[in-house]
Amino acid sequence: MDAQVETATRELSYAQAIQEAMAIAMERDERVFLMGEDIGVYGGAFQVTGDLVERFGPERVMDTPISELGGAGVAVGAAVTGMRPIFEFQFSDFATLAMEQIVNQAAKMRYMLGGAVSVPVVMRFPAGSGTGAAAQHSQSLEAWLGHVPGLKVIQPSTPHDVKGMLLAAIEDPDPVMIYEHKLLYKMKGEVPEGYYTVPIGKAAVRREGADLTIVATSIMVHKSLDAAKQLAEEGIDVEVIDLRSIRPMDRQTIIDSVCKTSRLMCVYEGVKTLGVGAEISAMIAESEAFDYLDAPVVRLGGAETPIPYNPELEKATVPQVDGIVKAARDLVTGAR
Amino acid sequence: MSATAKKSASKTDGANQPFIYRQFDQEKLRDALRKMYLIRQFEEGAEESYMRGLIHGTMHLSIGQEASAVGICLGLSDEDQITSTHRGHGHCIAKGADVSRMFAEFFGKTTGYCRGRGGSMHIADVSTGNLGANGIVGGGLPIAVGAALTAKKMKTGNVVVCFFGDGANNEGAFHEALNMAAIWKLPVVFVCENNGYGMSTSVARATAVPNIADRAAAYAMPGVIVNGNVVSDVAEAMHEATERARNGEGPTLIECKTYRYRGHSKSDRNRYRTKEEIEEWMTERDPIEAFEAELVEFGVIDAAGIEAIREGVRKEIEAGIEFAKESPMPEVANLEKYVYTEQA
Repeated sequence: MDAQVETATRELSYAQAIQEAMAIAMERDERVFLMGEDIGVYGGAFQVTGDLVERFGPERVMDTPISELGGAGVAVGAAVTGMRPIFEFQFSDFATLAMEQIVNQAAKMRYMLGGAVSVPVVMRFPAGSGTGAAAQHSQSLEAWLGHVPGLKVIQPSTPHDVKGMLLAAIEDPDPVMIYEHKLLYKMKGEVPEGYYTVPIGKAAVRREGADLTIVATSIMVHKSLDAAKQLAEEGIDVEVIDLRSIRPMDRQTIIDSVCKTSRLMCVYEGVKTLGVGAEISAMIAESEAFDYLDAPVVRLGGAETPIPYNPELEKATVPQVDGIVKAARDLVTGAR
Repeated sequence: MSATAKKSASKTDGANQPFIYRQFDQEKLRDALRKMYLIRQFEEGAEESYMRGLIHGTMHLSIGQEASAVGICLGLSDEDQITSTHRGHGHCIAKGADVSRMFAEFFGKTTGYCRGRGGSMHIADVSTGNLGANGIVGGGLPIAVGAALTAKKMKTGNVVVCFFGDGANNEGAFHEALNMAAIWKLPVVFVCENNGYGMSTSVARATAVPNIADRAAAYAMPGVIVNGNVVSDVAEAMHEATERARNGEGPTLIECKTYRYRGHSKSDRNRYRTKEEIEEWMTERDPIEAFEAELVEFGVIDAAGIEAIREGVRKEIEAGIEFAKESPMPEVANLEKYVYTEQA
């Protein structure tokens, strides 16, 4: 599956895996540099860049002013002219300030110029709820960018994948937007040493099963796997697909799975309506898998509300393990 | 900036001649005039083709602003880069693009610079350092700063010129871009072509300071006001800004005061300005007429030389339109080509 032979592994957190990927990329390629707010001596709001500034210096680990639109645009301009910038949004929510450069410029420049340029920029988006940071620091807006041809939008869910997909993103000639759920930063997992890539646009089957396909993104992959474990005790055999990339989307892996299980549930943290699950459901409705469905498709997504501050309310805003278990059980037993 | 043309200066009194006559040889100056004609006749040709239904969509003409485009690009090489605006035909030609491929782009043909995907609003010739016109007001400002960051990091010695209009100076991108260019001392020159109106809204109604160059003070960079209709004044300000940029001293904001003769775009009913105002600019301050008279005065060209340039440009425009007409349309099957980079 992965492009390179993997060597020894050790346990790293998701944040450490990102940092390691960026360090490897900067060592391999002098065109690679980092830009973002407080990513230098501060180490980034989530300590993802950590002490990289000490190793690579302030010119390659560049603090920017609080200027999301300008900063993103500078990254785009640097990418078009030969550099390989990695731009960190402090919180993905702040990318709303930079939509012009992402959507109108980065995504379209190659097309508008008839292929005369490429835009090899990587942008990193710390996203998601669960930190008590309320409505403007907790959103999952990846579907916004997933709607834009010209961008690639990925959501790695493990330390292994985030390192390999980030390295793939840096190699990629086109703009890659990487959504990182903040609650994953401390999650640990086995990560190979050295350079390797994980391809963009390929989903991963995390658990094989016969009764139901769950397609999940980001942190919902882990919640869905927990749910699948509980459901197994009840004799319900769930297949869990980690989508990993929402643009391009690995449709075939989902279609094949649904043809096998005859049931589909989409689990994602972004607002349910017009979200990633809407696309997956519609895609299945248009595919040969439609004839295999034994039950209506179910979507579990974020509530139709801003993310609230109160921890109980906040939890109720996005799918949780219990909810996934119940919805899956109802779907398989026909109780819904 | 006050390199006002000393019209009374004698031909031999070199020290008193305007900047460009001291800086560039005569061939270069004649070519500057040729480029001004090329811009004007290109836009007239594009306008006519539009009226005849050969070009669809819309376009934003810069007729009347030729001295700014040509004066700014006069001392640049192909390696120096520009970002341009929706009113960007002049910048593209001044930087060295071929009008045939520009016409082909406007006609939507595969031989166009953008293979028919961009049209007037995204015209670009990357090979001569033009990173593209832009449909978003202020869109090119941060991109130019990024290109300048590349120049600094790669130590290329190139400068980047960021063209924008008076309207863009009220975008947030203007503030963010100028501030970053200044704190990082990047080799970029911000060139505001102030033609008096952001679509229909006058600068006086839209901008709190009388001159856009006044805003440079907020970024601790020089702010220079020039008569944007005088080639030498524009080129002199640009020369100083370029020196400063190449010496690592950082950006400059140049404000070229100029005027567009035509409306904002093809939908403009011209209700926000008077006929008299337009007439006055066209008859009293036309940049091509002024430059032509100056070149004659300084003995760079004579009437026959001017006629030869005009005739040469006319033929080039004619041939360009013909090339565009005859070029093939893109295949619909290739609609999605260039969305992503084709990978081996």
